[in-house]
Amino acid sequence: MINTLNKRLRVLSTSAALSLMLLAVPQAFAVTPKDTLVIGLAFDDIITLDPGQAFEFSAGEVNGNSYDRLVRLDINDTSKVTPDLAESWSVSDDGLTYTFKIKQGLKFASGNPITAEDVAYSFERSVKIDGPPAFILNQFGLKKDNVAQKAIAKDPSTFVLTVDQSYAPSFVLNCLTATVAAVVDKKVVSQHVTNDDYGNAWLKTNFAGSGPYKIREWRANEVVVLERNDNYWGEKAKLNRVVYRHMKESAAQRLALENNDIDVARNLEPNDIEAVSKKGQTITSAPKGSVFYFSMNQKNPNLKKPEVVEAMKYLVDYDAIGSTLIKGVGQVHQTFLPKGILGSIDDKPYKLDVAKAKELLAKAGLKDGFSVTMDVRNNEPTTGIAQSIQQTFAQAGIKLEIIPGDGKQTLTKYRARTHDMYIGYWGVDYWDPNSNAETFTSNPNNADDGTSKTLAWRNAWDIPELTKETKSGFLERDSAKRASIYQSLQKKLLASGPFALIFQQTEVAGVGKGVKNFKLGPTFDTNYVFSVSKD
Amino acid sequence: MATRRNRRRASSALASVLRFAVTVVTTIFGLLVVTFFIGRVIPIDPVLAIVGDRAPAHLVERTRIELGLNLPLYQQFVIYTKQALSGDLGTSVLTSNPVLEDIKRVFPATMELATIGTLIGSVLGIPLGVLAAVRRGSIADQVVRVIGLIGYSVPIFWLGLLSLVLFYAQLRWVAFPGRVDIVYEYSFTPQTGFYLLDAAMQGQWDVMWDLFRHIALPGALLGYFSLAYISRMTRSFMLNELSQEYVVAARAKGLSETRIIWFHALRNAGVPLVTVIALSYANLLEGSVLTETIFSWPGLGLYITNSLQNADMNAVLGGTLVIGAVFVGINIFSDLLYRTLDPRTRSR
Repeated sequence: MINTLNKRLRVLSTSAALSLMLLAVPQAFAVTPKDTLVIGLAFDDIITLDPGQAFEFSAGEVNGNSYDRLVRLDINDTSKVTPDLAESWSVSDDGLTYTFKIKQGLKFASGNPITAEDVAYSFERSVKIDGPPAFILNQFGLKKDNVAQKAIAKDPSTFVLTVDQSYAPSFVLNCLTATVAAVVDKKVVSQHVTNDDYGNAWLKTNFAGSGPYKIREWRANEVVVLERNDNYWGEKAKLNRVVYRHMKESAAQRLALENNDIDVARNLEPNDIEAVSKKGQTITSAPKGSVFYFSMNQKNPNLKKPEVVEAMKYLVDYDAIGSTLIKGVGQVHQTFLPKGILGSIDDKPYKLDVAKAKELLAKAGLKDGFSVTMDVRNNEPTTGIAQSIQQTFAQAGIKLEIIPGDGKQTLTKYRARTHDMYIGYWGVDYWDPNSNAETFTSNPNNADDGTSKTLAWRNAWDIPELTKETKSGFLERDSAKRASIYQSLQKKLLASGPFALIFQQTEVAGVGKGVKNFKLGPTFDTNYVFSVSKD
Repeated sequence: MATRRNRRRASSALASVLRFAVTVVTTIFGLLVVTFFIGRVIPIDPVLAIVGDRAPAHLVERTRIELGLNLPLYQQFVIYTKQALSGDLGTSVLTSNPVLEDIKRVFPATMELATIGTLIGSVLGIPLGVLAAVRRGSIADQVVRVIGLIGYSVPIFWLGLLSLVLFYAQLRWVAFPGRVDIVYEYSFTPQTGFYLLDAAMQGQWDVMWDLFRHIALPGALLGYFSLAYISRMTRSFMLNELSQEYVVAARAKGLSETRIIWFHALRNAGVPLVTVIALSYANLLEGSVLTETIFSWPGLGLYITNSLQNADMNAVLGGTLVIGAVFVGINIFSDLLYRTLDPRTRSR
C-alpha cells in the first residue's frame, strides 16, 4: 500500500510540477494600450455626471475634461480666469450686467454649432434642476422664476448675464469657472427630457458637451471611459481614450502601476509614494483647494471657553504630522484659505506647546483636563492624525475619545450638530475666497433650524460681526481691498475661531514610464488629461 | 389498495409542495424584514447617497421628504414591502438603473465564478475524499484532512490577499483583479453574460485566455473552499458506505476493489453528495462577497458591498432578496433531486 501511495504521490507531484512550469512560462504581459491612458482612481463619490448637478470631486474631473464653459481658471495663475467658449467679456459700469461674446464657428461633439442660446439654456437648467451646486449661481440672484430673464442670448454670439447686486467681478467670474456653469448641447439634451427634468436623468450617464473628450461610459464604482472628441475646437487630445478604473486601495494602485496595468495611480498614501518613486516611476503633485481641520462644537460647555479653544491649537504636533503622516500628500497650513486663492495668507503661529496649553487650561478652570469625543472618518491620514492629537492632548490632561465611523456616518452626525469635535477635509466649492469664508466665518442664524448650515453653524459658532464682514468681501469691487478683507477674516479665525486648521492637501499621482505631460491642476476639475501623450 | 397508495402519495406530494411554499414565503419575508431594519439601523443617511456629501441643507431636507423618510417607521415598512412584493425593486441610486436590470447584468459574473469554484471543488474534492476514506488513517488521509481543515478555518480575504501578492504581484502568473483586460473591454461583446461561454462561442481565443487568467485566482480560491467541504463530506459518506454489508458481500464475490469503491460505494454515497455539492454552490454564490471585493470581480457580491457602502438601500434589498431566493431555490432543487435519486426518501 505504501508503494502504491508513493507511486500516486509521485504522479501527483510530477503533474503538479508540470502544471506549475506551464503556468510559469513568461507571458506577453498585458501593458496598457498605446492609445489609451489608464488611471487608477477611487471614484465612488460620483453620483451623477450631469454638469448641472454633479458636485463631487471625481465627477468634476470627468466634466472638466469633457465640458467647456465660458471661462476657465488660469491654471498657471489661479487668481485669474482665461477665455474658454467666450472670446471676450465686459462688465457694465453699475456692475450688474456681464456681456460675453462667444467664439465663432465652434461645434459640440454632436456636430451642432455652439451658440449663446446653448449657454442661456445651460444656466437655466442648472438653476431649475436645483442640484447641490446650484447655489453657486443662486448667489447672484439667479432663481428658478427669473433665470430665463437674467441669463439670456441677445444674439447667437452674445450672452448676457444680469446679477442682482454690484458684486466683485472676480467673484462672479471665478464662480463661472465651476462646472455648474458648463455649457451643454441644447438640441441634444432637449431630445432626452422626461417630466420637465431638463434631461437631468439622461445626462446623469450620458454626454452632451464640447470638450476635448467625450464621456463614453460610466459604470458606478467600476469604470469611466472618455473618448477623444474629434469636433473639439481647440487642440485635439493626443490619446484616443482615457479609462478611469475604480480602485480604492493605495497598495492595489501601487501594484497595478508597478505591473503596468495602469498608467497613473491617483490615491497613493505616503509609504506607497516612497515605494513608487524608488521604482523609477515619477511622482507628480499639486496643492489643492482642500484644507484639513478639526473643529470644536460650541454647544459643549468646555469647548466654548476661549482658553480651551486656544489651548487645543497648541496641542497639535504640526511638525510631526507634517513630516510623517501627510508627507507628500499635504503641507502644514493653519489658515482657512488654501494657498493660491485670492487673499490667502500663510501665517503659522501655532506649534506644539504643552506648557502654554496647560496654562490656558488652568485659566479656564480645567487644570486637571477633561474628556471629550471626536468623530473620525475611517481613512488615512484622518485616523493617524486623530491618534496623534489624542496623544498630544493627553499630555495636557485632555482625554480624547475617538469615535471612528464611515464617512457618511460621521458626516450625518456633524450635520446634526451632535458631535463634540470633528476632524476632516473641507474643499472649496468654487475657486473664490468667498467659498471658504462663507462656510468658516459666516453664520447668519445660529438656531438649530437655521437655514444657512455653514461650518460655523455646524459648530454653533455665533458670529454676527464676522458674518457681516464676510458679506462685505464679495461686494468689494477693488481686488486689493477684497484681498485685505479675507486676510482679516483669516487672522480672526486663526486667533479665536473654534477651528484648528492643520494642513492643505497636496494631490499626488504616480505616473508610469512612457506617460508624458500628466499634470494635476489646482482644483479637481482642472486635472486635465487631454494634454497627455504616451511613448 | 393501489388507489389508496396513490392517494397517499399525492397528498404527501401536495404537503411537500406546501412545505416548500411556506419555506419560500417565510424566508423571503424574513429577508425583507431584516434588510429593511438593517437599512434603517445603520447610521448612514441614505439621503447623502442621493445628493452627495457636499449638498446644501435645504436639498438634503427636500430629498428626505421625497424619499418618505420622514414617515413613521411602520409606514415606511408597508410601502417598502408593497413595492418589493409587486416585483419592483426600485432604482439604484448609484447606477440610476432599475435594480433588477443591474442584477441581471452582474449576476452571471457571480454564477460564472461560483460554477468554476464548484467544478474545481467537486473534481478534486470527491477523489480526495474517496482516497481519504479508503486509506483511512494513512498519511494520505491526514493530508486530505489538513487541507480540508485549512480551507475551513482560514479567512477567505486573508488567503485572497496573500495569493494576490504572490501570484499577481510577485510571480505575475495571473492578471490584474477584474474580469477582463481593458484591452478587450471594447472589442469583446458578451451575449449571455457568461464571458467564458461567450468567448468560446465567438471563437475569441485570446479573450478566452485573458478571461482565464482573470478567473484563475478567485476561481481557485473558491474552489479550494468548496473542496474543503466536499472532500470532508465525501470522506464521511464513503466511510459509511464502505462499512455496509453489500461491500462485504461484493468483496466476498471477488469484485475488484476499484470496482467496489468507484462503482458501488461512491454511487450510493453520490446521492447525499448531490445535496452537498448543491449547498456548496449556494454557499459560493452567497459567500462571494469578500472574494469579489478582493478581486474586483464585478458580480452580485461586489454590487451589494458597494451599495451598502453608499447606503443605496434599494440595491442592497434587491441583491439580498435575489441571493435569498437563489438559496431557497437551490435547496428545493437539491431536495427534489435527492428524492428522485433515492426512492427511500420519497414517502417521508
